[in-house]
Amino acid sequence: MRIHEYQAKEVLHGFGVPVLRGQLATTPAQAEEAAAALGTSICAVKAQIHAGGRGKSGGIKLARSPEEARDHAEAMLGTALRTAQTGPAGQVVRKLYVEEGCRIERELYLGMTLDRDSGRITLMASTEGGVEIEEVARVTPEKILRAAVDPLTGLQANQARGLAFALGLRGVQVQRFVQLATALYHAYVATDAALAEVNPVVVTVDGELVALDAKLEFDDNALHRHPEIAALRDPDEELEREAEAREHELSYVALDGDIACMVNGAGLAMGTMDIIQLAGGRPANFLDVGGGASEAKVAAAFKILLADPAVRAVLVNIFGGISKCDLVAKGIVAAAQQVGISVPLVVRLEGTNVELGKQVLAASELDIIPADDLADAARKVVAAARETAPRATA
Amino acid sequence: MSIFVDRNTRVLVQGITGSAGSFHAEQMLAYGTRVVAGVTPGRGGTRFSTDVPVFDTVADAVRETGANASIVFVPPAHAADSILEAAMAGIPFIIAITEGIPVLDMVKVKRFLEDRPGIRLLGPNCPGVITPGQCKIGIMPGHIHRPGSIGIVSRSGTLTYEAVKQLTDLGLGQSTAVGIGGDPVNGTDFVDCLSRFETDPQTEAIVLIGEIGGSGEEWAARYIRKNVTKPVVGFIAGRSAPPGRRMGHAGAVISGSSGTAGTKISTLRDAGVIVCESPAAIGQTMHGLLHRKKARAARGHGGSLPRLKRGRASPTVRAAGRRAARADQGTPEM
Repeated sequence: MRIHEYQAKEVLHGFGVPVLRGQLATTPAQAEEAAAALGTSICAVKAQIHAGGRGKSGGIKLARSPEEARDHAEAMLGTALRTAQTGPAGQVVRKLYVEEGCRIERELYLGMTLDRDSGRITLMASTEGGVEIEEVARVTPEKILRAAVDPLTGLQANQARGLAFALGLRGVQVQRFVQLATALYHAYVATDAALAEVNPVVVTVDGELVALDAKLEFDDNALHRHPEIAALRDPDEELEREAEAREHELSYVALDGDIACMVNGAGLAMGTMDIIQLAGGRPANFLDVGGGASEAKVAAAFKILLADPAVRAVLVNIFGGISKCDLVAKGIVAAAQQVGISVPLVVRLEGTNVELGKQVLAASELDIIPADDLADAARKVVAAARETAPRATA
Repeated sequence: MSIFVDRNTRVLVQGITGSAGSFHAEQMLAYGTRVVAGVTPGRGGTRFSTDVPVFDTVADAVRETGANASIVFVPPAHAADSILEAAMAGIPFIIAITEGIPVLDMVKVKRFLEDRPGIRLLGPNCPGVITPGQCKIGIMPGHIHRPGSIGIVSRSGTLTYEAVKQLTDLGLGQSTAVGIGGDPVNGTDFVDCLSRFETDPQTEAIVLIGEIGGSGEEWAARYIRKNVTKPVVGFIAGRSAPPGRRMGHAGAVISGSSGTAGTKISTLRDAGVIVCESPAAIGQTMHGLLHRKKARAARGHGGSLPRLKRGRASPTVRAAGRRAARADQGTPEM
């Protein structure tokens, strides 16, 4: 799960990461008040969307007066901001963070995430702060310093110190860096984060270190033990279908094709998308109903698939292991009764309780195109999608 | 022969009274697996399915029944604790089926197991392992398997079933099928399985199924290039997945260019693996490969496999192997 910059800063500040003063604004008037309340000669008006690359796309503006902050807010609020990470449609700006300015001497990068190869949380630091770290990794990978953390000991001061000296910090700045890195690590572990990034860490002309931007992402599987983090979710930043999928514990990603698929298991779901593409079709989504798909879950999945107006045909591909084919079949029938299925439906069932599942489908009145195997299913659904006229969109 | 498990494996089921645990314990018993004990805290002293004793702790179960493998069906919030309980009780092979365990829990588990090289973890978020006709410790449908000589290792559960069914339908049985699971932090990896298949006399050829993300397939390719002489057929899921919404800067920085389907496929092909374009072509590709091998043997090539591995075969044989590999890759069975 992702959260906004202002939320990340609030969380990190609670763990001792130094941040600048700032206020949230959702109207131009609030932005003006916030700038006046900060009382600094310069402040930044920052669009709060769940995507990076805001600086280059006009999502961060400097204001030298409360009136200017108000003007920036008027221009930004309600408009779609397109950055390198939002996709072509952009993301509508609904919230702004008005933050005091600071006098920058240097900009550094500090981030931490899981290194899958070692199975450990790994710190990354670089002198190239404030720019896209992926670009740094591509062009000058030697400029990214790393330190892997042993979960038995946690991050040790000597590791952070080593990074600080390698970044060229000296004197009290080294101490400040160790404090910042340690606080960031504590925040990471205490909140079950998946990514914690401060880019840039600013060294001010007064020699202080401060988090000018902050990004936190959390492990969805651990949100159950952090209700205070789960409460930070902003539904405005999510596609409605994806939010609904999450509620039913379905893994759903909307794509731009016209063949919807419902599959159990992430690998088979991707494999099904692959074979649809090989057969000349375009998948409309990735949907993994997961292990132990219940009747209700399958019905919910169906509704989500059919809510996409671009869909011209549906492929259900279930290879039962934990999932039982009869329960999946009942879910399909239930969904068909509740929402009605107006496009061709190709179903391929295999595995646990497959005969029971086929009986359930056969006993229903549903017009189903059965498929024998994966290749057969892909061929049939692509053919069916070609014959179906695009559905009228309301 | 087989790898990891056989008819003598004595299996403990952790979470045996839960809905998934009880259903699959029954399925394993029906398959012929020696399920010797179950553990559900608070249910000690009862019995599951007439003759499987249930214990409060893994230590009790091990002491009383000599269980030497454990399968974990415990819900995600408590699964890491259950894995550690099995490890502390000295169970040498732990299979974690549970999906959705918090990553930081697994970081601790992995670190704990680093100091205990005698304990193997499979998973989590995996279908388990099956040696057809002997022992099934997992959630895979048993009836699609049959004993034979193809070793399977996969990161995906249901995609493994898909491959198994294709093989069985073509008359190709399996020595052992292992699902290593799709979580970012897990136990047994591709290389562990490849090294065991390479030395297992029953295994004649290997199917490797990977997917986008991480760099396990790249490590597998490096290992195959140097150490595996048996033919390997592969599939990588996720070719059609768009680069899409990114998962954050830092993750991508760590994995660099590895992790994409394209990189994995080309790395595996460079190592001599025949990578299928279509997930429906895995069985046919393996069938064709073994058929050519038999034809060569009949023509008097001494029964050796078509050597696709560098450094071991002559340049001519290598070129022929690559041509064969390309021919296989050019014909997805749709």
